[in-house]
Amino acid sequence: MDKPLTQNFRPGGEPPDLRAYEKAGGYQALRKALALSPPDIVSEVMRANLLGRGGAGFPAGRKWSEVPQAEDPRRPAYFVVNADEMEPGTMKDRFLMEGDPHQLVEGAVLSAYAVHAHKAWIFLRWAYKLAARRLEKAIAEAREAGYLGRNILGSGYSLDLYLHTSHGRYMCGEAEGMLNALEGRRAIPRSKPPYAAACGLWGKPTVVNNVETVCCVPHIVNRGWQWFRALSRAPGEGGTKIYGASGRVKRPGLWELPLGSTVCEILMEHAGGMRDGYRLRGFLPGGASSRFLTDRHLDVAMDFGSMEKAGSRLGTGTMIVLDDQACPVGMLLSLQRFFARESCGWCTPCREGLPWVARTLEAMEEGRGEPSDMAVLEDHARWIVIGNTFCALAPGAMFSLASALEYFGDDLRRHIREKRCPWR
Amino acid sequence: MLTDDEKREIASHFPAYVTRRSVAPEALGIVQRRRGWVTDEDVKDVADFLGMAPDEVDGLATFYSMIFRRPVGRHVILVCDSVSCWVTGYDGLREHLEARLGIPLGGTAADGRFTLLPAACLGVCEHAPVMMVDEDLHLDLTPEKLDEILARYT
Repeated sequence: MDKPLTQNFRPGGEPPDLRAYEKAGGYQALRKALALSPPDIVSEVMRANLLGRGGAGFPAGRKWSEVPQAEDPRRPAYFVVNADEMEPGTMKDRFLMEGDPHQLVEGAVLSAYAVHAHKAWIFLRWAYKLAARRLEKAIAEAREAGYLGRNILGSGYSLDLYLHTSHGRYMCGEAEGMLNALEGRRAIPRSKPPYAAACGLWGKPTVVNNVETVCCVPHIVNRGWQWFRALSRAPGEGGTKIYGASGRVKRPGLWELPLGSTVCEILMEHAGGMRDGYRLRGFLPGGASSRFLTDRHLDVAMDFGSMEKAGSRLGTGTMIVLDDQACPVGMLLSLQRFFARESCGWCTPCREGLPWVARTLEAMEEGRGEPSDMAVLEDHARWIVIGNTFCALAPGAMFSLASALEYFGDDLRRHIREKRCPWR
Repeated sequence: MLTDDEKREIASHFPAYVTRRSVAPEALGIVQRRRGWVTDEDVKDVADFLGMAPDEVDGLATFYSMIFRRPVGRHVILVCDSVSCWVTGYDGLREHLEARLGIPLGGTAADGRFTLLPAACLGVCEHAPVMMVDEDLHLDLTPEKLDEILARYT
């Protein structure tokens, strides 16, 4: 089974340096791409059905095709790699950057070339110190070897790639918030339209792609869209996926598997099932902003389409497992406190609604819950939805709440009735 | 006053951006790495250096969670309180840290050795529960392991 994204990984060791990466076929995709025109690359990625791995699953090729397809020197385009991984329960981008930093650098050059950008940034989270050191080294090596900078490999194409380190805020990972952060502003969302593809960084066409998405690009260019599509088991969705599991499972970790692998394969085969003495109650399939699923969903495939059909979303593909000895209300409270704390405060439903939800759950956990609290939670889950907020942060927060009301409603009511947390 | 060394490091970031204000959060970080935290005067100095209003710079300093606008101890403990760590034992760690250091979350010990802060997911959930002390990650924590780890920071 092909595992392109992790093929050069050396578990526990240093990642491949430039020579080792080149020896494994690295930067061949860049040589190949520079002989092609940017629209050729866009169409190859479009046909590969590469869906955005940051969580939303938007087709990467389509995103690229929305920037102006002819270069306009008065309106330079910019490219940004979203490496501000801060979705609770998510560690896949760190894994990729630490394991093979040159793969991301090559992917960034290819992606920037495809959208006519001459300036690009890797927007990295502050907490990723090891990834920062490894990426800095890879960028320096690539520049030295002529894969970055002026007139790359004699092609006439030039690109400056910079590592930008954030200073901490979940909203930096929201694409528009990230653009504001890069401009030296507070990371708050922007009103859309205009979309970033037309009017992004400093008012210029801008594309933002997730680390894992960008890492797929060299392999698509190298081996073609048919090969990439065939890596996946999911119809209409190409490639492999970095899946993960955390919580009280036997072997928490990360694995590169065909997109469309089932929950059961990931949880039982790769994560080794639940730790002895613990039973599965539910799980969030792809980070904090996905809906809970339960042991009834073990056969569901972890791809964008199947997860949507099952009532959740693939999100980041790194699942967080809830066992029978942890309180579902406590877990939900941890999630809601995170979102309330990270709200940027720009729009009212998020700024006021999320703390209200968190305080309500806190009261339940502490035995101060009232029967009317259920309606408070239901109202928030019903009204804080896309269209009523500036960005997806607050609606994302409501996914876990709405699904907990569905699957753990009895647990919530029991907290209110017994005036205590039964798990304490 | 910003030192020449600070100014040099801040200015070294200018070529990466289109405008100088892009460097403002990093400039605050540069000052903080040398001085521990960012004072009102530092905010004003960074603003002057970048051609911004002090209020704009303070707007950034108070927005980004890793910029400290109050004094911190010699070592900053960031204990992850997000969901994977919560499931695997965050509450026990927090209670142990608070009791051992004699401070609540957000507090700085009287001897100035540690500041204890909650942090959002540190992205190493396969090793939950985790925390970061200064720049070091500590993985697969138990309350028993904490004492030995704390002893390493003087």
